[in-house]
Amino acid sequence: MGIISRGFAGRSREHNPELPPGQYLTEDFPVLSAGPTPRISTDEWEFTITTENGTVHRWSWADLMALPIEDVATDIHCVTRWSKLGTSWRGVSLDTLFAGVDTSYGYTMAHSYGGYTTNVPLADLLGGKAWIAFEFDGQPLDPEHGGPARLLVPHLYFWKSAKWVRGIQMHKSDDAGFWEQNGYNTYGDPWLEQRYS
Amino acid sequence: MTTTAPVPTPSVWKVGVVASVHTETPTARSIMIDVPGWGGNLAGQHLDLRLSAPDGYQAVRSYSVASAGPGERLELAVDRLPDGEVSPYLVDDLQVGDELEIRGPLGGWFVWRPEQTGPVQLIGGGSGIVPLMAMARAHAASGSTARFKLLYSVRSPHDVFFAEELASLASEHFEVTWVYTRSTPTAWPTPAGRLTPAVLEAATIPASENPAVFVCGPTGFVESVADWLVALGHPAASVKTERFGGK
Ligand SMILES: Cc1cc2nc3c(=O)[nH]c(=O)nc-3n(C[C@H](O)[C@H](O)[C@H](O)COP(=O)(O)OP(=O)(O)OC[C@H]3O[C@@H](n4cnc5c(N)ncnc54)[C@H](O)[C@@H]3O)c2cc1C
Repeated sequence: MGIISRGFAGRSREHNPELPPGQYLTEDFPVLSAGPTPRISTDEWEFTITTENGTVHRWSWADLMALPIEDVATDIHCVTRWSKLGTSWRGVSLDTLFAGVDTSYGYTMAHSYGGYTTNVPLADLLGGKAWIAFEFDGQPLDPEHGGPARLLVPHLYFWKSAKWVRGIQMHKSDDAGFWEQNGYNTYGDPWLEQRYS
Repeated sequence: MTTTAPVPTPSVWKVGVVASVHTETPTARSIMIDVPGWGGNLAGQHLDLRLSAPDGYQAVRSYSVASAGPGERLELAVDRLPDGEVSPYLVDDLQVGDELEIRGPLGGWFVWRPEQTGPVQLIGGGSGIVPLMAMARAHAASGSTARFKLLYSVRSPHDVFFAEELASLASEHFEVTWVYTRSTPTAWPTPAGRLTPAVLEAATIPASENPAVFVCGPTGFVESVADWLVALGHPAASVKTERFGGK
């Protein structure tokens, strides 16, 4: 517990057990990104998974749409302290995409159109924990929010859910991505408040 | 003055003491804080500020640092959101001598270093001026001859942060263009209105000179400006943005 701020009472008095520590609830959908929003048409979009031996697994937009699509209802938590509860998404599970991928590496680097990168352990992408999401709230995902498709890894801080995702590269070690090189935590568990390095 | 890169110890909360406050606009004020052990910050970095209520309730928000360079005194400038939790306290209640908890400096991306000699275009909306002010100050303090331009969009002349200092910084290396969106100073040559792509193009360093561009302000402002910059030929990688949340 810190020093008392004279005259500060605060507002959000009730503790909401669905909110990780230090988070507050928001009804809007704030936008945070490091540069301009890339605009990628679904004609040019593709998604790849590249393994250690150079094998590239490749999906066009049509390929992605032909895979089993899941409805995902989940809470999301941004490191800048807003959380949204019960958001609804549609996307393809990373389990589906990794089904035919042969790798012994334990870490991944997600790459985005626009150059953004973020590292996620493979175990955090599999087991029903992550999706390539292309719909939010019943609508195609806005470019502002990462459309046409973004990674969705809701159990980690939202900077891990790379917007405009274009591929995943397998890594042997847990190398730092963009924000992780800029002072953010390597893993980013909101319940442990793993914000900064 | 030399500016050495500070060694960040961002995960530690430090106690700062309010040294002075200054009214910037009817809704905003700047706050000077002495933070023992701060160790300086780069121009453009931000910090986390934590308030604690007597019952243990805590609120944390991010604020850009308006000052730059070494030293244990830093400056923030906070705009009051009428229905906000933290900003009305900082703008209306906080007094000289009050203590605040601070963690930082944070962020190594939206920064300008005096070693950078290339041209720089700063584009700020509202309180988005704060990290850009740190860059303008670092530019002046380091004697940099890099070409700097600032485009500053505000609602009215009353809403300008750091008005006098920005005027005094103007030099052959630092030029300021104002955009008034609601009301203008008297005898202003153009009517009030939102920033447009044409004004942006006319008032900023062209893409052909490959400036580093820093855009900061409310989300909608940053989204539009960044899109227009890309349309004007600026490589997306040259355009760094910081969004302050609100619409
Ligand atoms: C990197 C960074 C740097 C920043 N730098 C600055 C700066 O230099 N100067 C500055 O002034 N700001 C800055 N900000 C913004 C700052 O962090 C705060 O967001 C801002 O001061 C508002 O905080 P607040 O507690 O007053 O408002 P909040 O209480 O957080 O409210 C923000 C908005 O959300 C709405 N809201 C919040 N809670 C609820 C609720 N329970 N129900 C309904 N609506 C709600 C409110 O209507 C309000 O409009 C920065 C932000 C970032 C991310």
